[in-house]
Amino acid sequence: MNKIPESLNEALQYLKEGTYDVLAGGTDIMLKNRGYAEAPVPFKKNMLYIFNLDELRYIATHDEHIAIGAVTSYASMLRHPDVPDILKRSIRQIAGPALRHVATLAGNIGNASPSADGVLVLYLLDARIILASADGEREVPIEDVITGPGKHTIRPEEMIKEIRLPRRTFSNTFFKKVGARKADAISKTSLAGAARLHDNVVEELRIAIGAVNVTVVRDRSIEASFKGLTLEDLKARVDEVAAAYDSLIRPIDDQRSNARYRKQVSFNLIEAFIRQL
Amino acid sequence: MAEVTFTLNGEEVTVDKPLNMRFLDVLRTTLDLTGAKEGCGEGECGACAVLLDGRIVDTCILPLASVAGRDIVTIEGYRTTERFQVLQNAFVKEGAVQCGICIPGMIIAAESLLSENPDPSDDAIRTALSGNLCRCTGYNMIIAAIRRAAKEGEGLW
Repeated sequence: MNKIPESLNEALQYLKEGTYDVLAGGTDIMLKNRGYAEAPVPFKKNMLYIFNLDELRYIATHDEHIAIGAVTSYASMLRHPDVPDILKRSIRQIAGPALRHVATLAGNIGNASPSADGVLVLYLLDARIILASADGEREVPIEDVITGPGKHTIRPEEMIKEIRLPRRTFSNTFFKKVGARKADAISKTSLAGAARLHDNVVEELRIAIGAVNVTVVRDRSIEASFKGLTLEDLKARVDEVAAAYDSLIRPIDDQRSNARYRKQVSFNLIEAFIRQL
Repeated sequence: MAEVTFTLNGEEVTVDKPLNMRFLDVLRTTLDLTGAKEGCGEGECGACAVLLDGRIVDTCILPLASVAGRDIVTIEGYRTTERFQVLQNAFVKEGAVQCGICIPGMIIAAESLLSENPDPSDDAIRTALSGNLCRCTGYNMIIAAIRRAAKEGEGLW
């Protein structure tokens, strides 16, 4: 049976006793299961509808992190002063206003698309995901939640409760999405970058690339290898940075773009990020 | 089947339909409100837009379950307001309507924008309309109409 739970506890109880897909904004899952007009949407499982679970609609600022409840819409994130600017920049390029009023980051995670714009920034910011079940909660880094296109490690009895974004300041952030048009477009490829500089020395460099592998690409060992360089040295070695990602950039051909284009654009975006530092 | 209660154009209604019906179909077929249109059917064109708690949403990808307890205003309800009159006049004066199928969604998008930002820049108007497709006008007249409505309806939003 399909359910509209009135509390998180009720939702978790359903998940413990039955098998459900969880629907928050539903903007992806409604389309994936699209059937005929005027007929019920032919979902493969029973559905747990949490869009009206107000308990999970919040943005809270803590000392170490920002907590975003699972049914918080993208539009509310845009309005909140403490949501990191880099996340807001990516959200402004997700679909259009009507979608942003209902779509959620939690749904973006559950959908587990390698071209997801929201998830890309979660990788960049070292987001941690709170997965809740009737038996308790666990906190999991985003890269351990998503394992491939449409694949994740959320257990059948669990649901995403909250997204935690560690509060960090960067000297510079970069977000670029390459799509067919400004709105209503899914990324052909995308890159989010962040750097922390101190006295002209690179203390931290982060790069996340979307739509070029089975998950978002983020490699901490490559990032660490460019730490400690002066800004001038880093810029002089921009080709090396791009080359370091060569084996990780393994895009596919699909209806939106092709592998060759995506690979070249990814290298260009890495270069653009480094050059504007 | 399940009973879902929500506010529709100012009145409480209860419908007894499967929770996984698209809200667009409930509006058009069950409730006989045909102002919202099916264009793309995938949340890109905005022809099916309504206001949910005052904000534009696409009903072709909204399940009935999601409107439980919420406040819905369709173009049929909105057209009884003074704000609608101002928008309608502005659309007529600027020649912003040709075939008309996108217009209910355009009006809903305009209300969603103006209620949040009564004095929008052209850029803000374009962003607000970025999820509404029009294949006739080329958009410039619609943008001019919203700019005019903001001016002529000053104080209404």
